[in-house]
Amino acid sequence: MWRNSRHCSRSWSLTGAGGKSVNLQEQNSHQRTDHGHRTRRLLVVLLLACATLITVDVGAGQDSPLDRVRGLVGDGVGPIESAVSTVTDPIAGIPEAMRTNRSLRSDVARLQAANDDLENRLAGSDQDAAEQRQLRGLVRASGNTGYALQPARVIAIGPAQSFSRAVTIDRGRRHGVRPDMTVLEQAGLVGRVLRADETTATVLLITDARSVVGGRLGADLEIGFLRGDGDLSGAGRLDLELVDATATPTQGDLVTTWGSKDGAPYVPGIRIGTIESVLTSPRDSTTRAVVRPAVDFSSLDIVAVVVAPGTPGAIVPDVKQPNSSKDSPKNSTGGQ
Amino acid sequence: MTLLRGLGYLALLVIAFVVQVTFFSAFTVQGIGPNLVLLVVVSAGLARGPELAMGLGFTGGLLLDLAPPADHVAGRWALCLVVVGFLIGRLRARAQGATPIEVIAVVAVASFVASSLFVFTGFVLGDTAWSANAALRVILIGLAYDCAVAPFLMPLLGKAEERLSPPQVGLA
Repeated sequence: MWRNSRHCSRSWSLTGAGGKSVNLQEQNSHQRTDHGHRTRRLLVVLLLACATLITVDVGAGQDSPLDRVRGLVGDGVGPIESAVSTVTDPIAGIPEAMRTNRSLRSDVARLQAANDDLENRLAGSDQDAAEQRQLRGLVRASGNTGYALQPARVIAIGPAQSFSRAVTIDRGRRHGVRPDMTVLEQAGLVGRVLRADETTATVLLITDARSVVGGRLGADLEIGFLRGDGDLSGAGRLDLELVDATATPTQGDLVTTWGSKDGAPYVPGIRIGTIESVLTSPRDSTTRAVVRPAVDFSSLDIVAVVVAPGTPGAIVPDVKQPNSSKDSPKNSTGGQ
Repeated sequence: MTLLRGLGYLALLVIAFVVQVTFFSAFTVQGIGPNLVLLVVVSAGLARGPELAMGLGFTGGLLLDLAPPADHVAGRWALCLVVVGFLIGRLRARAQGATPIEVIAVVAVASFVASSLFVFTGFVLGDTAWSANAALRVILIGLAYDCAVAPFLMPLLGKAEERLSPPQVGLA
């Protein structure tokens, strides 16, 4: 404001002084430097604002005051993402049909689901029958049971330029989704819920470089930790570090989740992937292995969140309890 | 800037962001897609100068930082895009009547500066678990993608921005 008034007074005095053409030129150059000052000041102000934001967010750690802002932005932008993805998903699925056999098959499933979804909408049905059908199939196939599953669609994927592998799903608090819930797919474990907004939620994928999952080696129940490599291209691998150095994983061994306390963030017994190669180094006190995830992260579409039993809209698959499971999943999810 | 114009620009940024994370997520190369928010900032910088570009960079950056599925320290993208807005805005005087090739070159520079600054802040804050090598690959693929979509999207963005704020004669 004061800048403007000073600016005005200067141009007044200039026009009052002498020849018009010279003054205009002079005035122009004055205005340009004036403008440059203003630009630089705006730059400094904005950079300071960014620095403040970063400091606040880093300093606060787990419960950042910015999480409330994140929630507000999520409540606003989430539904838009949801709507846009509903419109663009069928279009976006078309060019992928020119890929390999494996992704072709998943594309058929995806387009079918998208198509069914649209048909359901046209029919005015609230139930996402297609998703439920898919999920019933997946639960029967994996032999896993007892968990209440909330079906969800992946509506947005974060840009890799942000260096985090997180996606948005179209189910949120309203549908019983809470932070630190397990997210799975037909083939296996997808990740965990980072943050839940009103109608959407953010899921951290297990391939994220910061994700750590407790895993159990199928053959001898050895436990270890799996870390992601950040890759989402479908070639992403997990790094398994076994706690017991004498354990000997073999290629093709199945790795499942080990399960955390009260089933958060990961419920036990979910397939993560298979051992692809084993790296042994004599200097290392631990055994490491490369795990190929069961889920194809390049074509995520329909996933399911393990929610608390009795959540409206959730499906509880009606399958017999598996004999091999030591801890009852029903009890382990009850704590949430 | 009037309130209506501000809302118009905000809508433009939201559209760019949403299309980037939804539609283009199906067309990624190794998980990397184009940075449309960056293109909005570059386009505004070339056409309207640094002040608008910095404002859009800050707002668009906050969107990338806070809107789902963002999961990093808030303010990082905002910082990068403010710097890009400033740098590109300074080029405006020379950008009058720039050829499409030159515009693409500017996009390339902007993409490189923004992404590497983002990586740099990540390293400084300890907010990333990526190696410099992997990061460089992401930066370069992102750069190529930004340049590839620029010929189609920059004219569109230019038109949208022209509608939002008609070019001012004299001092801008």
